[in-house]
Order: sequence, then C-alpha cells, then structure tokens
Amino acid sequence: MSPSPTCPAAAPPAATPWREFLAGCRDEGPILLGVAPFGMIYGLLALRAGLGPLTAQAMSSVVFAGSAQLVATQLIHDGAPSAVLVTTIFVVNLRHALYSASLATEVRHLGARWKGLLAYLLTDEAYAVIAARVSRDAAAGRASPNRHWYFLGAGFTLWFAWQVATAAGVFLGAQVPDRWALDFTLALTFIALVFPSLRDRAAVAAAAAAGVLSVVAFRLPYKLGLVLAAVAGVAAGLLAEAHRP
Amino acid sequence: MSWLPVLAVAGLVTFAIRLSFIALLGRVEVPPLLTRALRFVPAAVLSAIIVPELVVRDGAPDLRLGNPRLLAGLLAALVAWRTRSVLTTIAAGMAALWALLALLPG
Repeated sequence: MSPSPTCPAAAPPAATPWREFLAGCRDEGPILLGVAPFGMIYGLLALRAGLGPLTAQAMSSVVFAGSAQLVATQLIHDGAPSAVLVTTIFVVNLRHALYSASLATEVRHLGARWKGLLAYLLTDEAYAVIAARVSRDAAAGRASPNRHWYFLGAGFTLWFAWQVATAAGVFLGAQVPDRWALDFTLALTFIALVFPSLRDRAAVAAAAAAGVLSVVAFRLPYKLGLVLAAVAGVAAGLLAEAHRP
Repeated sequence: MSWLPVLAVAGLVTFAIRLSFIALLGRVEVPPLLTRALRFVPAAVLSAIIVPELVVRDGAPDLRLGNPRLLAGLLAALVAWRTRSVLTTIAAGMAALWALLALLPG
C-alpha cells in the first residue's frame, strides 16, 4: 500500500467521533467493577434513610456524586436541616473544582453546551480516565480534534452504570429486613475509602482531629459537629504539613 | 417532607463546582492554599462521619470493647489498610458485626 499523494504528511487520520466515544466507554469499563456495588449500597441506604424510591433514584442524576450522595443519605437519616445538607455536599464536592481547573484548557475550544455536558459528567471516576488520556496525548505530542467525544464516552458510561446500580440498590433495599443492620455498610464503605488514603503524617492528623472532634461535638444541634470536625480536620492537616520535621 | 427541592439545590451547587474553571476558560488558577486544603477534605469529612457511627451508642459515647460496631469497625479498618479493597472491607466488617451481635449480650 502506497501513501496517498494528496496527503504526504505522516500524521494519522483523526479517529471519528463515534470511535472516540467507544474508546472512552471501553476505558471507563474496568472502573465500573468498583462503582456498581457502591451505587447499589447508595440505593439501599437511601431507602433506609426514608427517601422514596423515586427521590433516591433522582438524587443519582441530580447530584450524581457517590460520596456526597452517601453523606447526604446519612444526614437525611439523622434529620439534619437543609442548610447543613447543602453546605456539607458543597464541601465534599469542592475537590471537583480541581478537576475543572485541570481540564479547562483541554475543553476551552468547545461550545457552551459541550462544556456544560462534560462538567455535569465530571465525576472522580470519569476524571481519572480522562486525565490519563490527556497525559497520554501530551506525551505523544498530539490530540485528536474529536477527543471530546472520548471524554463524553467515559463520562456517559459512568453515568449510565450509576443509574442502573442505584435502581438495583433501590429494588433490593425494599426487601432487606432491618435486623441485617445493612446501614453499617455506609461506615464500612467510608472506612475502606479513608484508610488507604492515610499515607502521610498530615493526612493522619486531619483524620484523627476530625474523628476526635466529631465525638466531642456530637451533641451540637443541626449536625454542626460534623461541619466543625471537618473544618478542624482540614486545619490540623495543614498545620501538620507546615510543621514537617 | 420532600427532599427533592433541597437535592436540586445540592445538584446545582455540585454542577457549579464542576463547571467553575471550565467556564472561566482556564484563565484563573486555583489558589495554592485551597489546593493544599482540599487534599485533607475527604479524610476529615469521612472520619467525622465514621467515628460517631462506631463510638456513639444510644446517644452516648461508648468506648467499651462490648460495643459491637466499634469492634467490627476496627477490624474493618485493619482489613481496609491491608487489602485496599472496598468490597473485602464491607464483607469483613459485616461478617464481624453479625457474629458480634449474635455472640455479645445486649
């Protein structure tokens, strides 16, 4: 096969939007193994907390953020006021501002609709896959003009799996008796997320300070103890980092 | 009461955070102090949720070893630290809780 005379440059043809989309779906796939049980646990606990099946399902598309949804479930279960719920979700989701900053230059050429859609789909798990693609492209020194379709494929795959997993959890949650104490899976899920992340002294200081204060301030009304403990934990982490030996 | 309006606000807040820097066209940098502080948010918030779940029993702190959720939680923490697997941690923690609830009095 000889190279086309009209296209002497060595650059390979850009992948079509559809191919990019499918590649994004494929790369997101393995992550779903961890996400699906998480979504089911959310659906199950949302019913336990007293949310109706439709509201529980709606939260998965309206908020669409795993750990924030589980935190919200806990707060709803405890009867926390709306302001505390919204403030806590704000704090828990603030890390997404970092993802937004990191991808801003990659999507600056797109229209407002694309930016809105990709921002809506910008979860931890989608960002992980998208950031890997961006760094592969940076290493190779080129980026396909249809790369936003890859971003969409990764984001959409996670979104779809999250909705299905929630529905499965809502369905199962209606049939599990209380004595199984399945509400404890929430604390266990959080334990599984926190402990591997305690890799240095500052992170341990943040977790320890927040944990101790959450019990000391447990009796404060409106779940303010949680907010207070979280702020103190972040401050302790920053202090420990500043006073590194 | 219906939680839907509150959840809609929470959803808008989440979307606004995710859109923030994308909408600003990458012209604004994240302040360094915020970047450093954000690293500690998950550990701090999650610990503040976990610890009362394990320690507070019937409205009062209970640090005795007869507290089944505390014991099961400590075991789960060990499993999480060793395996780094969410599913294994949940399985070990629930098995421990069920065993303790069946064995311990009261």
